[in-house]
Amino acid sequence: MMALNRQVILLLLSAIILAFVPAFITSKFYIDVLTLIFFTAYIGQSWNILGGYAGQFSFGGVMFFGTGAYASSILLTSFGIPPIFGIIVAIFAGALLGFIVGYMSFRSGLKGSYFALITLAFAELLRVLANSVEFTGGGVGLFLTFAPGLSNLQFKTPIGFYYFAFLLMVISILIALWLERSRFGAQLVAIRENEEAAEALGINTLKCKIYAIMIMGAMGGAAGTFYAQKYLYLDPPIAYSIHLSVEMLLVTIVGGMGTVFGPLIGAFVLHIVNEIARHLIDTPGLSLIVYGVILIVIISYLPNGLIGMFKKKMNKSKPTALKNFFSGDKDA
Amino acid sequence: MLRVEGVTKRFGGLTAVSSVDLEVAGGEIVSLIGPNGAGKTTLFAMVAGFLTLNEGEIFLNDMPIAGKKPHQICKLGMVRTFQITQPFAGLTTLQNIMVGAYSHTDGPLKAQQKAEEVAEIVGMTSLLASGADSLTVAGRKRLELARALATNPKLLLLDEVMAGLNPTEIDEIVSVIKGIRDTGVTIFLIEHVMKAVMNLSDRSYVLNDGKLIATGTPAEIAENPLVIEAYLGHGAAGEMVDAS
Repeated sequence: MMALNRQVILLLLSAIILAFVPAFITSKFYIDVLTLIFFTAYIGQSWNILGGYAGQFSFGGVMFFGTGAYASSILLTSFGIPPIFGIIVAIFAGALLGFIVGYMSFRSGLKGSYFALITLAFAELLRVLANSVEFTGGGVGLFLTFAPGLSNLQFKTPIGFYYFAFLLMVISILIALWLERSRFGAQLVAIRENEEAAEALGINTLKCKIYAIMIMGAMGGAAGTFYAQKYLYLDPPIAYSIHLSVEMLLVTIVGGMGTVFGPLIGAFVLHIVNEIARHLIDTPGLSLIVYGVILIVIISYLPNGLIGMFKKKMNKSKPTALKNFFSGDKDA
Repeated sequence: MLRVEGVTKRFGGLTAVSSVDLEVAGGEIVSLIGPNGAGKTTLFAMVAGFLTLNEGEIFLNDMPIAGKKPHQICKLGMVRTFQITQPFAGLTTLQNIMVGAYSHTDGPLKAQQKAEEVAEIVGMTSLLASGADSLTVAGRKRLELARALATNPKLLLLDEVMAGLNPTEIDEIVSVIKGIRDTGVTIFLIEHVMKAVMNLSDRSYVLNDGKLIATGTPAEIAENPLVIEAYLGHGAAGEMVDAS
C-alpha cells in the first residue's frame, strides 16, 4: 500500500507541474516537444498494456493508430462528421481491429516472436491496402483543413494540442494504475509470467489477451485522430509507419515494461536524446541508429528499464516476457 | 465426484493412456501410482483439460467435462498442480496466490485476504513477500498447492507435490494435505514417494504402460504381484516369494 500511495502522490505532483508548464514556457518549440513526448508516452502505454503487462510483444502497434487516423479523417473529409465524434469511431475501429487480430492470432496459439511478426504483417497489409483503395486517398493522402474549434479537436495555439496530448497521457496512466490494482491486471501479469499456470488457475487466457489487445487498439485509435488533427495530413506511410511501431515499444522497454510510468519516462528520455542528437549532427535517420544503440544497451544492462534502477526491491533478473521472447517459447 | 470412463490418449503410434476407468468419491484421498512413463501425468492433463482425449469421457459431479478448457474446469471446482512447478516467477508469493483467489473474487482486498488464509494453511505466511523465484524447491511445491487451494477447489489434482523434498518436508506436506482433506476437499494425487502414498491414500490406482493394472487400499496394492512386477520387472514377484 505504501508503494501505491507514493505512486499516487508522484502522479498528482507531476500532473500539477505539467499542467502549469504552458504558463511558464512560452517557446513554441518546447511546447511541441512536450506535446510529442506525451503523445509518445500515451501510445507507448497502449503498447505496454499488451506487451508490458500481458507479455505479448507486438511489432505492428501502428496499425491501430493508422486505422483510427483514417477512420476519423475519412468521416471528416467525406461525410463532414466532426472529429469529436470521429475520435469515438476511431476508438471503436481500433478496438475492433484489435479484436480481429487478437482473435485470429491468439486463438491459433501464436505467441512470442510469431505473434510479434503477425502484427507487423497486419500493419504492412493495411499500409498496402490504404495505398491501393480509393477512399483513403491512396498514395496522394488526405488533406485536412485547419479549422480550430473543439468539435474539430483543433486548436489555435500549440498549447491546445499540448493539453489534448496531456489529457491522453493522463488517461493512459490511469488505465495502467487500474491494471496494477485490478483483477484483470493481475490476470494479464499471470499470463505474462506463465500462461499455462494462469489457465490452470481459472483464467480465460484467450479472452484476457483479446481484451488487452482491444484496449491497446482503442487507445491507438484515439492517438490516430489526435495526430491527424494536429498535422492535418495523412498518407499510408505515415499512418502505418514502422517507425511508430518501433517507437512505442522502445519508449516502454527503455522506461520499464509492465510499469505505470515506464512509457512516460522512456518517452522523456528518448525525445531528449533525439533532440540532442539532431542538434549535434543533422543527418536524417540518425535517430533510428541512436534508438537502436539505446535499445541494445538497455536490454543488455537494464532489462527492467530505467525505472528498474530506482526500484531497489525489484528483482534484477530479466523480466519473464523478455526471456520468453528471446529464448523462443517454451511449450511444456 | 470424479469419474473417468474408457479414456484413451494416443500420441501418434504410442498409446500413452489406454481405456482407463477410475472413480474418486467425495472426501477421499486417492492416489495414482505407477513407474515412470506409465501415463500418470498424461491422464491428469486430460482430466484437467490440458490435453484432448481420443476416446472416453470424464465426468465431474456427473457432468461431462471432456473438451472443456482448463479455466472452465477450474471454475467447476477442479484444479491441478504441475509436477514441474510453474510459478509466476516475477511476482511475489502473495501475488502468486492471489491469482488463484481471483478465480472466484474480483476484489483485490478479498483476494489478498484469501491468499493470506491459504498461506497460513500451507505454512507460507512468512514467505508472502518473497519473490517466487527465490523460493526453494519445497517452497515452490507449497506455492503450487497454495495457488490451487486459493481457487476454492472441491477436487485437487496434485501431481508429485513431494518429489524432490527431504523427509522432514515430506512429513510437513503430508500433514498439510490431510488438513486440506479435513476441510472437505477431495484429493487425487500422483505420487512416487511410497511412504506418503501409504500414509495418505484411502485407495490407490496403479497405472503401467497406460493401463490400469490394480486398484485397492495401499496395503493391498503393495502385495499385488502385478504391481511388484511393474516396478521391479517380470518375475520379480516370484523371486520375492522364493526369497522369503
